[in-house]
Amino acid sequence: MYDVAVIGAGIAGTFIARELTKYDLKIVLIDKDTDISNGTTKANSAIVHAGYDAKDGTLKGLLNAKGNAMYDKVCTELDVPFKRIGSFVIATNEEEMESVRDLYERGIKNNIPNMKILTEEEVKEMEPNLSKDIIGALYAPTAGIVSPWELSVALAENAGDNGCEIRLETEVTDMKKEDDKFVIDTNHGEIEAKYIFNCAGVYADKINEMVGEKTFEIVPTRGQYNILDKSVGSLVNHVIFQAPTKSGKGVLVAPTVHGNLLVGPDAEGLDDREALETTSERIGFIREKSRKTTDKIDFRKTITSFSGLRAKPSTGDFIIEESKDASGFINVAGIESPGLSAAPAIAEYAIDIFRNINTDLKDNENFNPTRKPVIRFMELSDEEKAEIIKKDSRYGTIICRCENITEGEIVDCINRNAGGKTVDAIKRRVRPGMGRCQGGFCGPRVMEILARELKEDIKNIVKDSRKSYILTEETKQA
Amino acid sequence: MLNYNVVVIGGGPAGLAAAIEAKKNGVDNILVIERDRELGGILQQCIHNGFGLHEFKEELTGPEYAERFIVELRNMGIEYKLDTMVLDMNQNKTISAINSTDGFMNIQAKAIVLAMGCRERTRGAISIPGARPAGVFTAGTAQRFVNMEGYMVGKKVVILGSGDIGLIMARRMTLEGAQVQAVAELMPFSGGLTRNIVQCLDDYGIPLLLSHTITEIKGRDRVEGIVIAQVDEKFKPIPGTEKEFECDTLLLSVGLIPENELSVQAGVDMDRITSGPIVNEAMETNIEGVFACGNVVHVHDLVDFVTAESRRAGASAAKYVNNELKKEGTTLKTEGKNGVRYIVPQVVRPENIDKTLDLFMRVDNVYHNVEMVVKIDGKEVKRMKKRHVAPGEMESVKIKKEDLSCADGSKIEVYLEKEACLKKEVYLEKEGA
Repeated sequence: MYDVAVIGAGIAGTFIARELTKYDLKIVLIDKDTDISNGTTKANSAIVHAGYDAKDGTLKGLLNAKGNAMYDKVCTELDVPFKRIGSFVIATNEEEMESVRDLYERGIKNNIPNMKILTEEEVKEMEPNLSKDIIGALYAPTAGIVSPWELSVALAENAGDNGCEIRLETEVTDMKKEDDKFVIDTNHGEIEAKYIFNCAGVYADKINEMVGEKTFEIVPTRGQYNILDKSVGSLVNHVIFQAPTKSGKGVLVAPTVHGNLLVGPDAEGLDDREALETTSERIGFIREKSRKTTDKIDFRKTITSFSGLRAKPSTGDFIIEESKDASGFINVAGIESPGLSAAPAIAEYAIDIFRNINTDLKDNENFNPTRKPVIRFMELSDEEKAEIIKKDSRYGTIICRCENITEGEIVDCINRNAGGKTVDAIKRRVRPGMGRCQGGFCGPRVMEILARELKEDIKNIVKDSRKSYILTEETKQA
Repeated sequence: MLNYNVVVIGGGPAGLAAAIEAKKNGVDNILVIERDRELGGILQQCIHNGFGLHEFKEELTGPEYAERFIVELRNMGIEYKLDTMVLDMNQNKTISAINSTDGFMNIQAKAIVLAMGCRERTRGAISIPGARPAGVFTAGTAQRFVNMEGYMVGKKVVILGSGDIGLIMARRMTLEGAQVQAVAELMPFSGGLTRNIVQCLDDYGIPLLLSHTITEIKGRDRVEGIVIAQVDEKFKPIPGTEKEFECDTLLLSVGLIPENELSVQAGVDMDRITSGPIVNEAMETNIEGVFACGNVVHVHDLVDFVTAESRRAGASAAKYVNNELKKEGTTLKTEGKNGVRYIVPQVVRPENIDKTLDLFMRVDNVYHNVEMVVKIDGKEVKRMKKRHVAPGEMESVKIKKEDLSCADGSKIEVYLEKEACLKKEVYLEKEGA
């Protein structure tokens, strides 16, 4: 019997799991997928918003700015790439300028620090590649970019290091509340826990309805993106949003923490909670829309396109509260944008609710907020590179030639707590396959290393889900 | 700091030929750096035959072709390092590289030959919409799995792109027991050699769907189906022509891109069309003493041509080290137009030409009964009848040294006179493609 079960290992679930390990509790983190961060967290804009956008009085408004301010600490503790590069909201006409000024006002109410409305000249000076039509912009220096899945993985790893049990490929099929505990049915048997955090993303309403009345609904809302080669990653220096107008929110153009360029998303309400397809119509749409920001994006440098599903709540705001029908069951649902930005504060807020219910919590005296540093070979100096290869020769073998990722880094990311077990999981952690060849060269080598480290037959190594097999059988002569 | 006269980056056919030729031209202390586990490059996974017809007048497999050069290299005592990756190279010709036995190395070269080859374009680069399941491979990756690792990548296959690797993999997968349903090609003609269309598709009854593209990939875990549609002249899918093929695998053969990340980072000037370095008659780039050859310069259709080009680069590197490469004298530029997409070399210094200059080029479409014309400084020096030219088959022209005696800054122009040319549709009918 666990004290707490966290359902869903996305950014909210992993933050909460790690926060819970600060107390003396028996915790389990459950996810249906083969990896941490495999839902909404793996496919979004990767932006830590400044926090001017949300209306004051909402949970989004309360938690975004707060979460943003918490990012430096957690990313330092967990050695996760995070860059506070600032954001622009650009305007190309007086109507849009009006909306920029509204955002500024809202930002003041939300206590966003150091915002500034930039003149046309200032915009051009700071971002020379933007469209000539821009007449001004809102500048928020506290906005940042992060690698959402690396953060989520790091949180899970740290939670694991601090005693949280992690059960992947464990799908919740049903749940019932008994006197003082919840009994969770999964594809791998029953799990019992006294308290539940429901962080199930686009499935949060379904999980909620297992123990209570339907109080909200999640509408999966798809957004499609283009990601471009690093050679065009420095086209812009800040996250560039378009001013919202009556016809919609526009698309963003932003560098990623690894130096690529990200363009997107659109928004499309769907019934299907697994619809991660891209469509040529929508990709065409975001490309066209991006021209308002700049016409200098060379889409021939596109590395890949992808789509993500936002967990859009019917209530219009984050739902972070104890269920009225099942005491001890805390919903952390509808975490759509700015969920990533707010995540550290969402966890704190959710834990506060938990502490009000469970008043005799004891601290975990052994809690260690840091994790073993990640060696990112290409970021080392020449001397450090020489040194690390001497210590471990696997750092002398480059597996991914586009991103220059060594065998040492891949082996390390497999063998950590919450380590990668699939080709995509390795790609998210240390980037082989993220580059311009998209795994054409390194794919077979990564599979070979996975098979060796996991002591598996290479035919059992999958791309992502258990069913996403890569090899079918040995060849005739093999 | 390690010191070498010539460092060759890449141990595929281009690098091997360049290193051997440098040695034959009187230079010692040569190093070949190869990032993979063996010499020979992509040839090692090309176990089909048809290599070496020009070079050896016989049909070899890829590994056999490579082996001849590997043996020669070894016999000459040329040093090479495997599993070694160049991380950085600069204008002073200092290289940093790593491997697991030597660790981190700084290497100073007098001359460098870039021979890194090319990579395949991917699904992402051509933005095929749909789901992102397992089972989408570039043809080359599939070839590595099947021919070198000994694993099949699927049972029911659709191939997009009729480049040579795609065609050859259609046959290979068939021979291994897979069912290849179709090869779809965006262009109204194949990008592969005619002999490969006959030997890899026609012989096995695999249909080639010209002017077709993929509009959707189905299947969330593993590929379950591919939707193919016909395209109009602007390559836009024609609504209503979609056809779904049930399959578990999609192979992509949608073009090769020279791998020049290292060259660009070192400041080598690039040609926008070839995506390779701008080179002169000596295969030298804008950085003095840095040469380039093979698919890193432009994508070749036959390895025999790679070998010939790389010999020039290797010999030039040796000349450079021995101070025999002439820098003074006039400089001409080459320019392809009117049907000629690009010409290599882009720069010519007549001083360094012994007897003849070879120009290599590709045309931009399929043409029949055209004339290829060469003009130097506005004066016609050559005119050749061509019964058939196609983008998939590289063309070459020989120019006599005496024709090159003209003013500095003059242009060498090559173009097609197309009055007599037949439209590509007619070509397709005739070839029954």
